[in-house]
Amino acid sequence: MTDNPALTLNGVTKRYGKTETLKGIDLTVKLGERVALLGHNGAGKTTLMKLVLGLTGLTAGSIALDGAEPGSAAARKASAYLPEAVAFHKLLSGREQLRLFARLAGESPSCVEPLLERVGLGEAAGRRIGTWSKGMRQRLGLAQVLLGSPRVALLDEPTSGLDPISRHDLYAIIDEIAARGAAVLIASHTLTEVEARTDRIAILRQGQLVADDTLDRLRAKAGLPIRLRLTARQDGAAEIQTRLGGLRVNGTAVELHCRPEEKMNQLARIAGLGGLVADVEMAPPSLEDLYRHYSGEDRR
Amino acid sequence: MISRSLAVAAAEFAIARRNRWVFMATGIMILFALALTFAGAAPTGSLGVDLLTVSVASMTTLSVYLTPLLALLMAFDAIAGEAERGGLALLLTYPVSRGELLLGKFAAQLGVLAFAVTIGFGAAGAAAALAGGAGAESLMALARLIGTSILLGAAFIALGYALSALAGSSTGAAGLAAGLWLVFVVLYDLGLLGAVVFDDGGSFTRTVFPWLLTINPADAFRLWNVAAAEGVALATGMTGAASALPAWAAPTALILWPLAALGVARITFGRIEP
Repeated sequence: MTDNPALTLNGVTKRYGKTETLKGIDLTVKLGERVALLGHNGAGKTTLMKLVLGLTGLTAGSIALDGAEPGSAAARKASAYLPEAVAFHKLLSGREQLRLFARLAGESPSCVEPLLERVGLGEAAGRRIGTWSKGMRQRLGLAQVLLGSPRVALLDEPTSGLDPISRHDLYAIIDEIAARGAAVLIASHTLTEVEARTDRIAILRQGQLVADDTLDRLRAKAGLPIRLRLTARQDGAAEIQTRLGGLRVNGTAVELHCRPEEKMNQLARIAGLGGLVADVEMAPPSLEDLYRHYSGEDRR
Repeated sequence: MISRSLAVAAAEFAIARRNRWVFMATGIMILFALALTFAGAAPTGSLGVDLLTVSVASMTTLSVYLTPLLALLMAFDAIAGEAERGGLALLLTYPVSRGELLLGKFAAQLGVLAFAVTIGFGAAGAAAALAGGAGAESLMALARLIGTSILLGAAFIALGYALSALAGSSTGAAGLAAGLWLVFVVLYDLGLLGAVVFDDGGSFTRTVFPWLLTINPADAFRLWNVAAAEGVALATGMTGAASALPAWAAPTALILWPLAALGVARITFGRIEP
């Protein structure tokens, strides 16, 4: 990773009629960095990508893609895009489709075969795309992202609807794109999908950027409580509740929440209860909880 | 720029071959042209022209209806369909301009249409020449028919692109294409006919009417074929309007139409946000 921002967004705003889809977004992605762009459906992820690609115009703000203006010849050459649920022409073979993209990108058609091999489509490449599975189409989509060593790669929901094996393969390729020095922006609506695979996480909520940091720091900032679930021996649940507080879940279990820094004290108190407690389960905040915290769902 | 347009054309041509457009368009052309040639063989004796001349006259009328129809059927989906599938957004992130994309598609689809027209009319012309003889003039008329049909097709393919960009959806574009065909090929002529009957040989019929014919590409196509060949004019009975115009009027109109329509298609395509 270098310190050169390959993609810079400054106060990016987009209005469709009276609806403000994006409100003053500031975001940078460095070369070799993988950034996850999270948000609900309709939070503005796809609009942001289309602005970066120059497919739609800015209402206010500015975007620099490898120093060039979105949509300009230089920017188009420096960028690669994988649209959400990409649909290629079903009558073309995978090889023909990729060859078309290679020629449009100004690359030699000889680069097509190694790319098809790389994404595991070597054997299927001669068949019509209409006969392919969704996973294969996504692989072809990624193959065209690899064309011509892009400086910025924008991937819109690259793994949605894929089985875990395909997803794993796809992320291996995404890592490779970043390792070659490209800035990678991955849009997704689930944090669990991008988890360990990104260097930084940006979260959009109703057109505003509400988080932009590493996963660890987002976790620390959110300060979400740890959940402790105590199972009582015989009829001890009522007594546990009177001594420690918390919520009765059913006849034998009590649920407690505590802040990360209080965890050890709380555990000591539980140990002090001795024979009343049969079992303790501890669950740190999940990625889903964290995402809900930032995307504002837990406040509704 | 040329290489990018050619890349698009090559892919588009592969698609046309596979969805059987090449086969169907050529088949339809051959069938209709042959049928008309032999069904229309009767008036050769009374008009004193060879069979190929009559055949070209019949095929001129056929081409006015069939060529725009085939052209629009091929073109209406070109932009709207691509946008609906989601492929257009991806294509436009490549260093290819909208003009280059349009030209590539245009080259491929016009190639398919030109192939169908040449084979279809050529086959019927050859059959007519073998069965009833052909002179230098009637061969010339056949070549002109093929050339002007390709120009007519070019105009309607480009108009189809303009509609496709305007409609926003594939089904909407299909509806607009049907409407456009009806207006240019049927209703426009009906309207003019009504005006001529109402005018009853007045100044409108003599001065304005022939020029109004050149504004419609289908009529310009007809006029060009009629005005250039006496035999064809006799067989179609369209001499009046043709002789009232300078010789350059219809050819100019038919050559300008594809260019103007491509220009309009480029502008409407430019307004699409995929």
